[in-house]
This record gives sequence, structure tokens and C-alpha cells, in this order.
Amino acid sequence: MSPYFTAADQFAVNPALLLALFGCGILLLDFFIQPNPKSKRLLIFLALAGEAFAAGALLRQYKLIDEQAVVALRGFSGSLIVDGFSIFFNALFAAAAVLVVLISYRYLEVEGEHNGEFYGLVLLAQCGMYFLASGTELVTIFIGIELMAVTFYVLVGFLRGDRRSNEAAMKYLLLGAFSSGFLAYGFSLLYALSGSTRLDQIATALAQRPAADPLLILALATTMVGLLFKIGAAPFHMWAPDAYEGAPTPVTAYLSVASKAASVAVLVRVLMSTLGAHRINWEPLLAVAVLLSLTIGNFSALTQTNMKRLLAYSSISHAGYVLLGLIAGNRTGLTGIAVYLLVYTFMNTGAFLVLISLRQKGLTGDDIDDLNGLIHRSPGHALLMALFLLSLAGIPPTAGFIGKYYIFLSLVETGHFALAIVAALYVAISIYYYFRIVRAMFLNEAGQLPAAVPGLGASLGFLLTAAGTLAIGLFPEPIVRFAGSSLLR
Amino acid sequence: MNPLSLALWTPLACLVVLLAIPASQKTAIKVWANAAALLGAAAMLPLLAGFDKSNGGFQFVERAPWAPSLGVQYYIGVDGISLLLMALTAVTAVVATLSSWNAIEDRVKQYYAMLLLLQVGMLGVFASLDFILFYVFWELVLVPMYFLIGVWGGPRKLYAAIKFFLYTLTGSVLMLLGILTLFFQHWTQFGTPTFEIDALLRLAMPFWMQQWVFWALFIGFAIKVPMFPFHTWLPDAHTEAPTAGSVILAAVLLKMGTYGFLRFSLPLLPEASIDRTIVQVLVGLSITGILYGALVCLMQKDWKRLVAYSSVSHLGFCTLGIFSLNPNGIAGSVIQQLNHGISTGMLFLVVGVMYERRHTREISEYGGLAHRMPLFATVFAFAVLSSAGLPLLNGFVGEFTILQGAFEANRFSAALAVVGVILGAAYLLWLYQRTTLGQITNMKNNLLPDLSLRELVVFAPFIVWAFSIGLYSKPYFEMIERPVARIVERVRPGYFQDRSQAPALAELAPPAAPATRREAGGSR
Repeated sequence: MSPYFTAADQFAVNPALLLALFGCGILLLDFFIQPNPKSKRLLIFLALAGEAFAAGALLRQYKLIDEQAVVALRGFSGSLIVDGFSIFFNALFAAAAVLVVLISYRYLEVEGEHNGEFYGLVLLAQCGMYFLASGTELVTIFIGIELMAVTFYVLVGFLRGDRRSNEAAMKYLLLGAFSSGFLAYGFSLLYALSGSTRLDQIATALAQRPAADPLLILALATTMVGLLFKIGAAPFHMWAPDAYEGAPTPVTAYLSVASKAASVAVLVRVLMSTLGAHRINWEPLLAVAVLLSLTIGNFSALTQTNMKRLLAYSSISHAGYVLLGLIAGNRTGLTGIAVYLLVYTFMNTGAFLVLISLRQKGLTGDDIDDLNGLIHRSPGHALLMALFLLSLAGIPPTAGFIGKYYIFLSLVETGHFALAIVAALYVAISIYYYFRIVRAMFLNEAGQLPAAVPGLGASLGFLLTAAGTLAIGLFPEPIVRFAGSSLLR
Repeated sequence: MNPLSLALWTPLACLVVLLAIPASQKTAIKVWANAAALLGAAAMLPLLAGFDKSNGGFQFVERAPWAPSLGVQYYIGVDGISLLLMALTAVTAVVATLSSWNAIEDRVKQYYAMLLLLQVGMLGVFASLDFILFYVFWELVLVPMYFLIGVWGGPRKLYAAIKFFLYTLTGSVLMLLGILTLFFQHWTQFGTPTFEIDALLRLAMPFWMQQWVFWALFIGFAIKVPMFPFHTWLPDAHTEAPTAGSVILAAVLLKMGTYGFLRFSLPLLPEASIDRTIVQVLVGLSITGILYGALVCLMQKDWKRLVAYSSVSHLGFCTLGIFSLNPNGIAGSVIQQLNHGISTGMLFLVVGVMYERRHTREISEYGGLAHRMPLFATVFAFAVLSSAGLPLLNGFVGEFTILQGAFEANRFSAALAVVGVILGAAYLLWLYQRTTLGQITNMKNNLLPDLSLRELVVFAPFIVWAFSIGLYSKPYFEMIERPVARIVERVRPGYFQDRSQAPALAELAPPAAPATRREAGGSR
């Protein structure tokens, strides 16, 4: 292999390069522009332009794979891969990042923290995610995770004047650093066991080891702990409710959607293709994490009064559903993970967007009670929220049902009947807390808050998330095919 | 356009028009909602006119790909059973809409929008021939009903609404697992992903798996029916719902459960359905429901709650008929589903009429209403007698045929069910006596106005229908004769051949017999 930077390398890393370029550009440019909202708008356009360029590069990757009918292209001596899997997840991150950029403007204005670096950080976080979906080498993956995590530490604490935001960032940073340690430990053990940092070579080396090898189990367990932490799955979820509650709401949306999806992507790649031979070891561990996530997520959400905390716990339970697809581990299950995460991007961001759009100066607007009688004040918001909540609960014909459909089907196919029944019953429990919000909006008497008028960015955001949630539910075919093309081969 | 699709989507089209009317134009909204309900009923006419009774299969079939990767199609069609239930849905929608004219003054537009959405869901459930399409409509019904109870309901509406939702959803997600198992079995056996019922009928599944799927579907359907012991959501939901909501719940929503047994459980899982243990459990639960529901009715102080519990008892007859697994039982069950819709619908309307006047449902608050409201007393009498199964009215036809079927299957269970009939007459007549007969004891009842013309019109379709079934039930039995025979043949292959060898019965005698005997019973 050529030791130099080749065209193939450039092709494989292009979207990430563009994201980094625009991200750093925005950080720099922010010094030179006037600190007024109008010129800040320029940065938004710049961020969107960066997204457009990155999406273009991604599209070229997709086309090439499609035209040449190849399974995957590699770059950097096998450190990066371009395959259906990476393209699907990168498209998902791009969708999430665009949504976050669109919905942040007004929120940051209201909070009085409208600083340009926000948009730069959003792009840089996405750049880190790129290496999670495309990386096939431990060090690359680790750098990607850290790039993503560090930008998120900053983003979570972005409201410098807000104590809760600071506290959340500190908590997230401390626990996150701890989990990164676990991950580094796991990765180094994997290297020690196989003598390579490339996933494919690790897979070959590990396949020859006995299943009961204690070192292997240790490597597996520590790697999983590190990744499950980033996913926000129980029992490593303790940071999530505080971080979600304290973070600026657009960041909460980004964190719950894109960061989760990126970490799931790594977990899927590592467990399925690298440690696929040792399923007997990791499946029970994962099953425990799933059951705990479903249980803790759903039962804790029942009693929450703060919307962001409630959605945080619900996001823990959604992590459980996603990981169920990995337990099933067949074609349907992996397609299900992809579909579920994409659908979750739209519906969860949509739900947070409603909260953002309702936020008023001087009012938190994050309590369920603040939504009382929303149907009377702003019926549009109430109906959209109802749509997103129904989708989160998995009621057809919304998109959430398609995700649940795949997950349940994969469990039935692989004979995990007990898990399927438990997961199905938790759907019923989740209805209770989602419908507490519906009840507040539609059945309770109107509160005192004035009506909200969404700005241009929020309107666009609503359009995208609602269209995604409805269209995928009503016409799932294209998305399902796209997700099917993302399967690891 | 396929007339069935037309009938299915008319309410949705009407809903779109309704949304275009400004919320302040209350009268315009009410007028349009009633027109929409009538349009929906009119859209059923081509189906009834073009229906071929001699064809036992599905008619007005329409098929289009929806999500081929998922194996889901837009695949609809009706046989006699589903067409009858769709007709019931359309008529109930007309009645429910008109009955709400004065009762609902708050958030009028949302209210009628929910009614129309509900109608789409209910029609879709009966028209779907694809299991996932069925599931989508099944779930679609939940949301508008939640809002109908939760927004326009009685004092404990919030509790009742979420209880209704949670109960039904728990059942339906477990049902979904059963559906997915069937799908996967078809995939492994035939290599094609599909949820269509005809294809799933070809499945050969081991007995243990049939049992597994049967119980999964059972939970979903039994909660909806509701069968004892899954009935506890029903008294709350029925009692707290606005009148129109109760009418629709009783008349149509409960039938979705029994319909599910007939359309899916029996034909798709014949070996499990005929299994001795399963049949014993289901018959046992049905009889418990009949007797328990009736006994609870005798204890009720709340008028509406009494009617609600009577549904538990009556639906017990329907499931008893189904799990008699013979033509009489099943045909009687279908007819009784229709009858229950008519008679219990009327009973809820009666409660609604009085609640609008007095705003109380306590039976002890009433008494001697016949003195001030003779028209009301007459209509109420029809409802009570129809529900109690008096010959010449509809209830008798269904109950009698079910008991015939139950007798054929197991004499002991038929004997117990007959006790339920007697108790039914007791609680209904006693209710009538306490509220309507005797002297006026409460002065507040002295000035009550009798039924208005609108209210009479509301009752008219049900009364006419009750009489027509009671006097001449033959067309109804003819409509469902072949679909029922198909179900029986599927569950008990060779049933009709064994029968035709018996001397007294002609080839198609069993399903035709109840009709002839009915007339004899009617003229008695």
C-alpha cells in the first residue's frame, strides 16, 4: 500500500475534512464579525453551506459505491472505510446537524448566549461522528469519540451564565472522561490480544481464541462499558438526565440523537464484524444492559415533571430498543437499528423543537405543566407535539411504528420471545408518560403562558421533522431500502 | 374507484373539508358533520346493493402495494360478516353525530373531527385483509377515542381515557408479536414476505406455535371485547365517555375484538382454536362474563354503569357463540354483535337523553318518568326489550341462535348461559321499573320535556333496524351463511359432510335452519 496520501484516502475522508474546515472557519470568522444577531446569521449560512458541501461529498461516495457495485472502499491503509453502513449513518448525522443548526438560532437569542462558535462546534462534533461511522481502526475510532465528546462537553455547558448548564457539563465531563478510560483500556486489551489495531485483523486474530478466555472477556466488557456509556444505556446512564436537562435544548436534541447513533454505529461494527465470533460472550451482557435500560428508562420517566428529563429517560429506553436489534443480530435486526435511529432523529428532534419554539424569555417552559392547554394557545405546536409523541410511543401510522416493527420482528425471527414480550409491555408503559404530556396539552386547562410564534428556522425544522415522522410512517419503502443498503457485509 | 375504498375514505375526505371550516362557525360544523355521517352511510349503499350472497369469499377486493419490503399491502375486501359490521359502523356514526347536536358545545370542531377519524379507523378494521393494515387501523381507533373520552367525558374522564388507552395498547402490542410470528412463519415456509390473510391461511404451523400465537392474539382481542377478566377498563370508559362515545364504543369498538376472533384467530389457527383446553378456557370465561356482568348489573346504582356492565354480559354471549365452533353459534354470534350494537347503542342514547336533562346518572334520582315523558318511556321500552331478547325484536334472534349453537357444543354451558338470559331480563326490567314506572318521587323530574323531534330521529334508525331483524332475520343470516360455513369448515374440516349424512339435515341446513326456526319463534 502506498505510504502517501492518495486519492482514495482523500475520497474516504472528504466529508470529514470539509466539516472540519468549515467548523474551524466559523470559529475563526467569529472573531472578525460584528457581535450582532444579523451578522451572526452569516455564520448560520456558513454552517449550512458546510453541511451542503459535506453532503455533496457523501453523495459522491454513495454514487461511486452504487455505480461500481462494490461493497466498500478503504482509505488510509484500512483505517477508514466507505460502505453502505458508513454512508447511512453519516447521512443521519448530517440530518441531525442541519436540524440543530436550524433550531438553535432563536434559542440562543432567547438565552442571550448567541455566540458563533456554537455552529463551529456542531460541525466539529459531526466531524468526530464521521470517524465513528467510518473508522475501522481502534485509534481512529478513539480519536473520533474524543473529538465528539469534547465538543459536546463544551456544547452542554454553552450557557455560561446558567448554573444548571455548568453543572451538567461538569458532570458529563467527569463521567465521560471516566468512560473514555474504560474504552481506552478495552481497546488496548484488544490490541494486546491481537497485535493489531485494525478491526478486520483483530477479528481474524480473535476468532482463534477460546470463548472463555478471561482477557478477551475483560476486553469485551470494558469496550462495551465505554460505548454503552456514550449511548446512554443503563446501567451507565447516570449522566444522561442531568446533562440533558442542563444542556441548551438544541444540544440536548443533538446529544440524544446523533451522539447516540454514532456510538451505536461503533458498537454495531465492533460487536458484529470484529467480535461476531464471540457472540456467546457479549450477548448476555448486552441483554442485561437492554433490560436495565428499558426498565430504568421507562419507570423513571413515569414520575418526571420536567420535559427534558422525561425525554432523557425515554431516550434511555429507546437506547434499549435499539440495542435489541443488536441482540437479534440478523438482517432484520440490523436494518431495524438503522431505521430506528433515523426515525428517532426526526421524532425526538421534533419533540425538542416544540420545547425550543415554546421557550420564552424569562420563562423556562420546560415543565410539563407549562404545556397545559397548549391546544388553546398554539394548536399547531400541540398537534406537532402529539405527532412526535405518538411516534415515540410507536403508534402507527407514524414513523416510530416502523422502527418498533423491525425490532420486534427481528426478536421474533431469532426466537427471543421473552425479550420480545418484555419489550412490548414496556411500550404500554411508555404510553403512560407520553400521554401525560398529551393530557397536559389537550385536556388540562390553559396555563398563563402567551402564544408562541415559530421563527423561520423553527418552521423549517418543524417541516423537516414532521414530514420525516409522517412520511416514513406512511411510505416507509424508500427509507427501508436505504437502511437495507446499509447492512454490514 | 372501488366502492369499498370509496366507503372507507369518505369520512376522511369529509374530515378534510371539516378542517377547512373555521372553528367559530359552530352551526356550519354541526351541519357538515351530520351531512358527512349521512354521506358515509350513503357510501355503504353500493356495497350492500352489489354484494353477492352466494359468494363466500371476499368481494370488492382492492389491492395495491404499500411497503413491499415490509410485506405490507393496501389490501381490502369484505365478506358478509365484515359488511354487516361496516353497515353497523356507518349507521352508528349517523346516530352518534346527530345525538351530539346539543350535548357538545365545547371545542365543537375538534369533536366532530375526532368522530370522523374514529369512523375511518373502525371501517378500516373491518375492511382490511392485510394483517398490518388491520393493525394500523386498529391502533388508529385508539387516539380519537382517547380524546373523545378525555376531553368531552364525565368527571373521571382523565382516568378513564388513559385506562382505556393503556389496556387496549397492552393487548395490541402483544397481538403485534403474534402477527409478526405468523409473518415470519410464512417467510420461512414460502419465502415471500406477506401479511395478507389468504396467504397466511396456507401456513402449516406446529401446534405449540399455534397455541403461542393464539394466546398473543387472544390478549389483544379479549381486551377489546372485553372478556372477563379483561373487562375492567370498560365500565370506566363507557361511563365517562360522552353519549356519542359510549354509543360508538358499545356498538362498534367492542365488535372489533369479536371480529378479530372470527377473522384471524379461528381461520389462521384452526388447531389451537379447536384445542380442548383452549375452548374450555374461552367458553368458561365467556360464561363467567355473562353471569358476572349480569350480577354486577343488578347491583348498580349508576344508570350508565349498569348499561356498561350489560355489555360485558352480552359480549359474553358473542364469544360463547364463537367458541361453540359450529354454524349456529358463530352465525348467532355475528347477528348478536349487530344486535348488541343496536340495543346497547339505544340504551346509551337513553341515558344520554336523561343526562342532558338532569345531569345525573343515579338511578335513585329518577322514577315515574313515564308520566312526564311518554315518548321517552316508549323508546326506552323498545331498547330494554330489544336488549333483553324479547321475541319479535332483534335480541331474541341472536341469543336464541347462540344458545342453539352452545347447546350443540356443550349442554352444560348452554344451561348456564340461559341463566344469564334470565338475569339479563331481570336487571333490564328492574332498571325500567325504577326509572320510568311508578310515581314521580323526585320533584325535579316533574318539569322534564319529552323527546324532541331531533331525539326521535336519533332513535329511529336503531328502532327500525331492531324490528326488521326481529321480524325477518333471513337476509342477515343469508349474508353471513357462507363466510360462517367457511370458518367452520376451516376449523372443523368435514363438519358439513358429517352432517349431510345425518338424515334430517340437508346439505346447507345448519346455517339456514336458524332463519326458519326464527320465524316460528317470532309468531309464537
